[in-house]
Amino acid sequence: MKYVAGVDVGSTQTKAIIVDENKAIVGRALLDMETSMVTVAQDAFRAALDNAGIAEGDVVWVAGTGYGRYKVTFGREQVTEISCHARGAVSLFPMTRTVIDIGGQDTKAIRVGADGKVEDFTMNDKCAAGTGRFLGAASYALEMPLAELGPLAMKSTNPVRITTTCTVFAESEIISHLAKGIPSEDVLMGVHQAIASRCVSLARRVGIEPEVTFTGGVSRNVAMVKLIEELIGMRINVSQDAHFCGALGAALFSHDRMFGAAAQPALAMAEEA
Amino acid sequence: MSTATLQHSAPTTADDFDPRAEGQRLIKEWYAQLETANARNAAVANVFVMGNAVEILRAFDFELVFPEINSLQTGVRKASEEYIRLSEDYGMSPDVCSYVKADVGLILKENEHPAGRIPKASLAVASNMCGTFIKWAEIWERWLKTPTFVLDLPGQRAAGWQVRPGDAQHAADARWVEAQFKELIAQCERITGKRFDMDKLAEVEARVNKMVDHWNNVMALNRQCPAPFNAMLDGLTYIGIMNVHRGTEEGVEFMRRLEEHLKAKVGRGEGRVAEERFRLLFSGTPCYVSMRRLVELFETWGGVFAYSDYLTFAAGGMDATELRYDTSRPLESLAEVTALAAQRGLSNQFFAHERLAQQIKDYAVDGVVFHGIKSCRFVSSGMADTREFINKRLDVPTLYIESDLIDPRYWSDAQIKNRVDAFFEALHQRGGGAPLARKTVAA
Repeated sequence: MKYVAGVDVGSTQTKAIIVDENKAIVGRALLDMETSMVTVAQDAFRAALDNAGIAEGDVVWVAGTGYGRYKVTFGREQVTEISCHARGAVSLFPMTRTVIDIGGQDTKAIRVGADGKVEDFTMNDKCAAGTGRFLGAASYALEMPLAELGPLAMKSTNPVRITTTCTVFAESEIISHLAKGIPSEDVLMGVHQAIASRCVSLARRVGIEPEVTFTGGVSRNVAMVKLIEELIGMRINVSQDAHFCGALGAALFSHDRMFGAAAQPALAMAEEA
Repeated sequence: MSTATLQHSAPTTADDFDPRAEGQRLIKEWYAQLETANARNAAVANVFVMGNAVEILRAFDFELVFPEINSLQTGVRKASEEYIRLSEDYGMSPDVCSYVKADVGLILKENEHPAGRIPKASLAVASNMCGTFIKWAEIWERWLKTPTFVLDLPGQRAAGWQVRPGDAQHAADARWVEAQFKELIAQCERITGKRFDMDKLAEVEARVNKMVDHWNNVMALNRQCPAPFNAMLDGLTYIGIMNVHRGTEEGVEFMRRLEEHLKAKVGRGEGRVAEERFRLLFSGTPCYVSMRRLVELFETWGGVFAYSDYLTFAAGGMDATELRYDTSRPLESLAEVTALAAQRGLSNQFFAHERLAQQIKDYAVDGVVFHGIKSCRFVSSGMADTREFINKRLDVPTLYIESDLIDPRYWSDAQIKNRVDAFFEALHQRGGGAPLARKTVAA
């Protein structure tokens, strides 16, 4: 059996996925970012190989994605995370027409056609407002792990309104609310609402069509899922592998190259800059 | 990719005209001339690229300073940040137009510009073509005591309405503009001590007519596949000359040789890039500080900007190219063209979708790239609606990117590259472009 892989080098974490000839996921790995993107990409790939129980030589094509896609030096192809998240989301939920991805420093909304191809996309601009980094600021201010933020926010009964759109200022606004004695869960829910509202606004720019699939690390946050569903008025798909969606998309592009009908050429072959 | 089919003609003789080098030479000479203007006691006028009455000023032999071009040149020469920071240190908000801030920085640096010393103006002509023009001119008026003349050019009157050449509204607008031109002429006479010469105005207009004719032919050449020039790189040189040398012999000669040069290039079947895979239209104002890099990001994928609405938007009166100057009645004709061009410029946002739809057809483009400007919401507003129209009604793929005119702090290379790459991936998925072979894309 031959395999292909996708490695998604993001701003905060690196994800790797290995799929077999039948497009079944056989290995996955997720590592926090390190100083060297090249090293963490290699480490994530090796961890995914271990997880799959296969040798490096069994993997015949690797595609890199994410901001650090050109740091996947062992990759034979680079594809943007926009194409990869769309591809991954459609593979997880074939009726997907809108993809919302909230990552560490990017939020993107992608409209995909019935054929799963990207029709339009929009992303947050240079500012990290409305991204996972906004939650990072809350995590830092509250001295609480990221994973605990969503469940605690769900306990809120009277959320505050976070007025700043600046991630840096958000931290001081959070501290100021806490200093006034406002319960953490109400402050946190305010933070979640601010992110959800910016994210849905982005999605409306490309047009929200069902089904909507939520991908990226923040999709694991239960409060964010609930808020986005409330704002757009429909259920959204969240897979157990939502966090790996970019890497999965990259792996599927790799699959096209090696096992696709026409063994298509790569979208873009990179040389390390 | 649907494109105009190129009919290969017989090879033409090779020409030694290098538009970029010649354009640079002319700009360099213009700055050198400006450097000595005050010492020569020459009359100097500050003008904007839109609504500027340059033809009248040339008839009085004013030497022209284009503060917008000075500012964009600081960007091209990678010096804009220093000028912008100077103005911000002085107290200007980061949200203010970066052209204005670079110009304020220039004043604070006592007119030391990377291209040479900019002379003190004896007159400034502004208009309501952009609200900022008026406030900008007020800075010169109050700070430098520059006499300022503000042209009031009639704009949009009602929703869905556009002035048509020769209709009653256009005639009334033209009379209104002509009356102001007469006031301007009187002011020019006072400043220069010269009598206005109508024949000289007609001569300037005749030269502008020639330049505009060549310009239209040059633009039409890019409907060919492959496009002989990139509208957002080569085109910026051409438009620079159209503005700076509007109505001069040098300007006519440049445009004549440019047309000849590009015709020969088309005849040889030569394109701007070795393999033209996607034809694109750029909508908005350039990011002069990183334009070469931006074009490179697109050309790496074989994407060429066949056209840009900037080339009409920022070309003075060229937005009314169906009207040539009638040199038998120079002043009336100037007023008619100015009124029409102003009307179109001022109602630009209301009809952008119609104009772009036509240009998409004319230039057979595969996609449209919108460039929003951080420090100019005026040129960026309406882009979202236009983009939606192009995307959803015309089913033409679009990309929206954002940076600034000349403020390098708004340029984020990784983010823009990411969007550009994703745009081409989507175009490719739609079946556009030739099959991709092994390809090297620089990170």
